[in-house]
Amino acid sequence: MRLRYPDTIRIIRVPCTGKVDLIHILRAFEKGADGVYVVGCMEGDCRFDNGNLRARKRVEQAQAILDKVGVGGERVKMFNLSSGEGPRFVEYAVEMTEKMEEMGPNPIKIAMQKAA
Amino acid sequence: MIVADKKPIEEIIDMVKGYQKILIAGCNECVTVCEAGGKKEVGVLASALRMYFMNEGEKIEVDEITLERQCDHEYLEEIRNSIDQYDAVVSLACGVGVQFMAEKYFGTPVYPGVNTCFMGVTEERGVWSERCQGCGQCILGKTAGICPISRCAKRLLNGPCGGSTQGKCEISKDLDCAWQLIIDRLKELDRLDEYEEIAPIKDWSTERAGGPRKVVREDVRQ
Repeated sequence: MRLRYPDTIRIIRVPCTGKVDLIHILRAFEKGADGVYVVGCMEGDCRFDNGNLRARKRVEQAQAILDKVGVGGERVKMFNLSSGEGPRFVEYAVEMTEKMEEMGPNPIKIAMQKAA
Repeated sequence: MIVADKKPIEEIIDMVKGYQKILIAGCNECVTVCEAGGKKEVGVLASALRMYFMNEGEKIEVDEITLERQCDHEYLEEIRNSIDQYDAVVSLACGVGVQFMAEKYFGTPVYPGVNTCFMGVTEERGVWSERCQGCGQCILGKTAGICPISRCAKRLLNGPCGGSTQGKCEISKDLDCAWQLIIDRLKELDRLDEYEEIAPIKDWSTERAGGPRKVVREDVRQ
């Protein structure tokens, strides 16, 4: 397909989105990521039954915490697609990138630069 | 186990505001199982606090540790050599752990990171419910293994009361009537005749009403 998606995105491969823990998402923001999105299989199609449903819960937990610490819960989002949906993968990457451009840089990253 | 619930982050932020270096101390026992104060929750809270204070332009160092237990000397001793470098500790253990930490390290402020709720069970992941109030005189042998002290809203010893309707308690349609459960189970065990026995007045002096309690066992004491 040779589809292009924004090169600002760093992909971290996990065996299942159920492997993504809340702390992984938070650490990414602590390290200065502008946004994090988790792309899992379609709900109901998890090879491990409920990995993607667990991931969704953790994304929701991250959103609540990021709102409270002033980073913004909208910087983290869960997407679902099947492994055959390359174009949709690109759509989500573009959507998230545009959202981050609109929101601006992660305030933690700015604070870290100021503190340095 | 002792069941605790997370405290809102805002409340913890308010407690630790103004300190330069704090320690978040988790506990590997009950609060780990009820997902309120184990190693994972310590990491999440520490990360959230670091982000909040960094965002506010305040310099604060947040360290993490999770002890095997906070209700025993031997595990709390593990931080004796490092405790003095912290301005304050946020303990994610139950109220017991928080207090024992405060007793042991008298000069260090210790703050609770969870709300300790009750002694209970995990009904399913994310749902915990009360089973024991530690009344000091267990009557479960007479009540078919179902505790009317912790599970009946009125703590009746000779129930049910008139508020029991179709097996539910009058305080909530979602709450089983403990005495209905007792009767059902006694029936199942073919011991319903025991229900006819009137329970005598309970000695509440062994319960919290008798003041703070203590168990001293000379047979194991050293």
